[in-house]
Amino acid sequence: MTIIPRVAATLAALGAASSAQAQTIDETVNAMFASSTGWFVNFIFAPIPGTSFPWIVAWLVIAASLFTVYFGFIQFRVIRHSLQIVSGKYSDPNDAGEVSHFQALATALSGTVGLGNIAGVAVAVGIGGAGATFWMILAGLLGMASKFTECTLGVKYRNEYPDGTVSGGPMYYMTKGFAERGLPGGKFLAILFSIFCVLGALGGGNMFQANQAHEQLAGVFGQYPGWITGLVFAVVVFAVIVGGLKSIAQVTEKVVPFMGVLYVGTALIILLMNYQHIGAAFGQIIDGAFTGAGVAGGVVGALIQGFKRAAFSNEAGVGSAAIAHSAVRTKEPITEGFVSLLEPFIDTVVICTMTALVIIITGQLTIDPATGDYILNEAGRIVTLDGSSGVGLTSAAFGSALPWFPYVLVIAVLLFAFSTMISWSYYGLKAWTYMFGEGRNQELSFKIMFCVFIVIGASANLGPVIDFSDAAIFAMAVVNITALYCLMPIVKRELNSYLTRLKSGEIKRFH
Amino acid sequence: MPDTIVVACDGSDASARALDYAHARAKQNGASLLVVHVLEWSPYSFLTPEEIAERHARRTEELARADTAIIAPIIAKYKDKGVKIDTAIKYGHVIDTLVNIATTSNAVEIISGRTGNSGVMSRVFGSVAGTLAQVSPVPCTIVP
Repeated sequence: MTIIPRVAATLAALGAASSAQAQTIDETVNAMFASSTGWFVNFIFAPIPGTSFPWIVAWLVIAASLFTVYFGFIQFRVIRHSLQIVSGKYSDPNDAGEVSHFQALATALSGTVGLGNIAGVAVAVGIGGAGATFWMILAGLLGMASKFTECTLGVKYRNEYPDGTVSGGPMYYMTKGFAERGLPGGKFLAILFSIFCVLGALGGGNMFQANQAHEQLAGVFGQYPGWITGLVFAVVVFAVIVGGLKSIAQVTEKVVPFMGVLYVGTALIILLMNYQHIGAAFGQIIDGAFTGAGVAGGVVGALIQGFKRAAFSNEAGVGSAAIAHSAVRTKEPITEGFVSLLEPFIDTVVICTMTALVIIITGQLTIDPATGDYILNEAGRIVTLDGSSGVGLTSAAFGSALPWFPYVLVIAVLLFAFSTMISWSYYGLKAWTYMFGEGRNQELSFKIMFCVFIVIGASANLGPVIDFSDAAIFAMAVVNITALYCLMPIVKRELNSYLTRLKSGEIKRFH
Repeated sequence: MPDTIVVACDGSDASARALDYAHARAKQNGASLLVVHVLEWSPYSFLTPEEIAERHARRTEELARADTAIIAPIIAKYKDKGVKIDTAIKYGHVIDTLVNIATTSNAVEIISGRTGNSGVMSRVFGSVAGTLAQVSPVPCTIVP
């Protein structure tokens, strides 16, 4: 954390900065950022010896596949029941006024539906080609089982305080669940998870969002220094999380779902406008998934990109959703697991796929007509029509069909970024107070640090920010999935008991 | 078993008049009263993570507040006046909840004030009487 005093110094210098110096400040922040996080990124993304396959990606895929098999393809078996639970058919009317399943899902979704769906997907297809989409969808489907496992545990082992508030998440099931099973090391894992959760909150939940929001703004309104966007975002976030300006957060929470619907709706319209290319696009996706169609790293390259982006977008196995879902009022923790498994489906299988299809169908990825392969640049990335990447690529794709859409996308990106930051500030805070205790000073110190990192995120180049975001989020998954392996028999017991009682009619349907 | 009359109550003057009227009718007919206060709530609204964490505590507070501010004075006022009074505080959509409770309690009538009070319920209670008259499953009296 030596970064903090240096950042403080940089920020102090901001006051004296003239516009000519601004670019230098950006570069300073950049260089400092890249040099201080490089080792961490390298460790997390180290390839399995003798291959080019990052161990962390294998870790996630294996876990999601194992949970899928262990729970008997739970994501396909109970999806109808999940929808019934979300629509309130099994909610006791006497519990009205408590957090409903729908609300827990909506809040968790507005934390995950964010720039991962817009920018992350563009990064995935920009490197891994159309084939990455296939692996992304597969990862989304498998991830449903991971999410089911972690959210069930999140509710089961949450802490309820005398004042009626609730704290839940991996930290709590690690300590309480391990104690219940008589396993050692629960406390250690909980602390380790909390450390990574704080880093993840500052990385993927914060800097990545600020960075991409800035790129989008700069793309539409012309280049200007990143720290300006960062500062504006930081001030608004500060007003909400420190100043208690709840109205801003409440408005965002209400607008974000509509933005999501608007985004998917627009994507569908573009797909309909280009319906004659849909078949070819799916052809490219399937073809690319199994042949690698000339992307860097071939099939493995496409697979890595697809899986990475899916994990980053839907956060299955990461543990963050377990924090978000833990406050729902239910006597059956497993029901929240059923609800949460809809999250990767909506986030990845629906929304991410829309982004990918629009990019592919509007022909943003340039293909060499002679060979039918993608044209790659020196860095191994696919050359796009206008040279953009990340959110810029998505914007260009939507804009090529609907010229006004980049402006809507700016608003969507800003709102998504903002709501994701608010959610992650909460996750990070929960992890922080788990380590340092609840209290005004502890909370304030985290919140201020969170705001400072917004400025850093908006100033840094895309490369170092995405790398660090990924690394921090995936580090959470390392610890969380270890705990899930140890605790999955408990989930299975809950599942079997619930399904038996549902069948016998003991679980009542109220509506 | 005496007939039950459901009285919608939001603590406003209009609802106080409705309650007086209902009480008189109940006494006359040997009926009992079920006084219902509804806190507007939708399970499909959107909350921030912090609101979610605090929801249970807030709900407990809201129920306690409604009980002291609205229900307790009613009980104090009509206690030992010869009519059996039950009370209920419910969360939900005001009309749906009233219709629901009237159905489940086999009520013979719903009585409501015409206009609501300012405060938590004002924006929804203003239109309650009109809609209630249209959808009530039992005879409905609206007291001006």
